[in-house]
Amino acid sequence: MKPAPFKYLSPKSLEQALEMVRDEGPDAKLLAGGQSLIPAMNFRLLQPSALIDLNQIPSLSYIRPDGKGGLRIGAMTRQSSVEHDLLVREVSPLLHQTMPRIAHRQIRNRGTMGGSLVHADPAAELPVVATALRCQFKLRSLEGERWVAAQDFFVGMFTTVTGPNEILEEIAIEPTPPRTGWAFLEVARRSGDYAMAGVAAMLSLDADGRMSDARLVYLNVGDGPVETPEAVARLIGLPPEDETFAEAARIASETEIMPFGNIHATPEYQRHLAEVLTRRALAQAAERAQV
Amino acid sequence: MTDQQRVTLTVNGTQRSADVDPRTLLSDFLRHELGLTGTHVGCEHGVCGACTVMFDGQAVRSCLMLAVQAEAHHIETVEGLAQGETDLHPLQQAFWETHGLQCGFCTAGIMMTMIPFLRDNPDPGEHEIREALSGNLCRCTGYQHIVEAVQLAATRLATAK
Repeated sequence: MKPAPFKYLSPKSLEQALEMVRDEGPDAKLLAGGQSLIPAMNFRLLQPSALIDLNQIPSLSYIRPDGKGGLRIGAMTRQSSVEHDLLVREVSPLLHQTMPRIAHRQIRNRGTMGGSLVHADPAAELPVVATALRCQFKLRSLEGERWVAAQDFFVGMFTTVTGPNEILEEIAIEPTPPRTGWAFLEVARRSGDYAMAGVAAMLSLDADGRMSDARLVYLNVGDGPVETPEAVARLIGLPPEDETFAEAARIASETEIMPFGNIHATPEYQRHLAEVLTRRALAQAAERAQV
Repeated sequence: MTDQQRVTLTVNGTQRSADVDPRTLLSDFLRHELGLTGTHVGCEHGVCGACTVMFDGQAVRSCLMLAVQAEAHHIETVEGLAQGETDLHPLQQAFWETHGLQCGFCTAGIMMTMIPFLRDNPDPGEHEIREALSGNLCRCTGYQHIVEAVQLAATRLATAK
């Protein structure tokens, strides 16, 4: 299949892109890496009236320190650039280790950080990791800018709070706090396929070695990144032990996630995967927190 | 219909131009406008890897890009590998010798994936090779001979340096 006809626009600045977004109206689409949009257009699932291609705006592609131990990533930064960046590895090992799990090398060479976040596929890794890291997203419009926290950004299947006249410009990532461990685990039928289930875990220990903060965020078991506050509450204040992890994993997988099932996995199997992955992810995160 | 747009790009070291609809995929542009039919088109949604080409030195799916996006960029396709009819690229030679292909439909995409892979990983282990091949589907070989071909090519490319 081939895409239906559309008007192609290639702005040279973010300002120009925002003007085009305003002028072209709601049937236009922004083109970032195109690794989800172009297939959807090839299948004619989407027939946008215009494509506003952000690839000619070099100022949207960067990875730089924020001066406070964290980092800023431009929305059009390629996923393979994030994957191989030494600053990302140092500041956000969770993000660094997750990058190679996204699709295949050929896709990451083209796919962008911001494109994946705004696409908000419930099976995608980046929305889940960004939520676990409590990233902040800078949304730009002709009127100005606003910052939205990742946990408020994803509102449903392929849906974010990004307004019709806004463009995601930048992602801010805080440094990993001390005595904090992390893990990302997923299971797919084949390497590079969409995972049947996956989890990002962050776990902080206090001076006594008890769990003081935790986050569990799941992929492909709901209509977006799924958090499990009851499972997390079960951890806080306790020492990091296998029985506690197992209890949290049981709560999360049995009562808090909402897997739909698909041709690769039944909902029961997705719950099983989530339970096993949660136990493993918490154990890994606890080990890393103690270093 | 939308207006045609002039695209000028470098393919295998030669500058080429053509007028295209903006909706023309890079894969179709290479095949239909430039006659470079060595790049194959399989699934057209980024799963099979048959259409992989090098875009500014990196492997990408040419079915997931528009031709107009390649304006002023450098593309390399399988046609650019061999120096002549009998003078194959070491990777092609290795595929020939180890029987790394049967029907050949996936081969061009695998070549264009493995060339930047071997450039960045000159001494890969078997697991790394299989991981790097994971975005290219082959329905004939079971991959075993492809892995052998890549290993052989890696050894020869290392010795040639």
